[in-house]
Amino acid sequence: MADRDWVLTKEEIDAALEARHSRTVQERLRAGKVAVAGLGGLGSNVAVSLARIGVGHLHLVDFDRVDVTNLNRQQYFMRQIGRYKTDALKEELLEINPYLDIRTDCVRVTEENLEALFQEEEIVCEAFDDPECKAMLVNGILERFPEKIIVSASGMAGYGQSNEIRTRKIGKNFYLCGDGVSDSGNGMGLMAPRVAVCAGHEANLIAELLIDGRDGGQTDKNDDK
Amino acid sequence: MKVNGEEKVLEKEILLSEYLEQEGYQTGRIAVERNGEIIPKRNYKATILHNDDVLEVVSFVGGG
Repeated sequence: MADRDWVLTKEEIDAALEARHSRTVQERLRAGKVAVAGLGGLGSNVAVSLARIGVGHLHLVDFDRVDVTNLNRQQYFMRQIGRYKTDALKEELLEINPYLDIRTDCVRVTEENLEALFQEEEIVCEAFDDPECKAMLVNGILERFPEKIIVSASGMAGYGQSNEIRTRKIGKNFYLCGDGVSDSGNGMGLMAPRVAVCAGHEANLIAELLIDGRDGGQTDKNDDK
Repeated sequence: MKVNGEEKVLEKEILLSEYLEQEGYQTGRIAVERNGEIIPKRNYKATILHNDDVLEVVSFVGGG
């Protein structure tokens, strides 16, 4: 059967989302504003998940272009190689839901531009690859935006051991997903299944924070730290 | 003092910067929260640790 080339109306998509998620939940997701910093294996998967459930405002930040070595785990296609990840991913998300408000910034996040970049969103998802960039963003957001929540990830290289990947609340506004130890630099590369498990933790926590509020979710209560 | 969920006894007052060095942390890759609040990197050398502190030192590894 050929693909249908017409576009659903906003009302049709919203009705479908509300049928799946309930109207109350959908209103909260639709009002959600989330920044995704880094659009690799974590960030591209997080953004796709959030777009699918209808999170209304997404801010995608990355400086890099799609490379052939990304295809083992990131949500890009061969035809997109060489394109900026911000542009490639925005197009994909709009194919899922053309009525989302998607802002992109094709820049490298630094200590200097971080404050200007992340003014708008209540939740920032750290999805970088480099450990020093991860630390810089987490420290920067927590120091400069005491009211924002940062959802970060560390330790998702390799395969198997799905249950070692978990979500922990580190501080009032700081959550960390991952196993904490599986370093991509130790000879074990990053692979789609395990990176997606970790990205799923980040996206699932963000959904919980948007739906239940920062004090209403179960993640804190189930924390075994 | 509690560090990452484990009890540690401080023999004497120590600066956070000294503690992190003693424990072998790479300061470029970490975030430190004390009693639920972030400690800015510029304050590591001015922060004195106490035995009733609850410290979370997150040491990031690569991958994303």
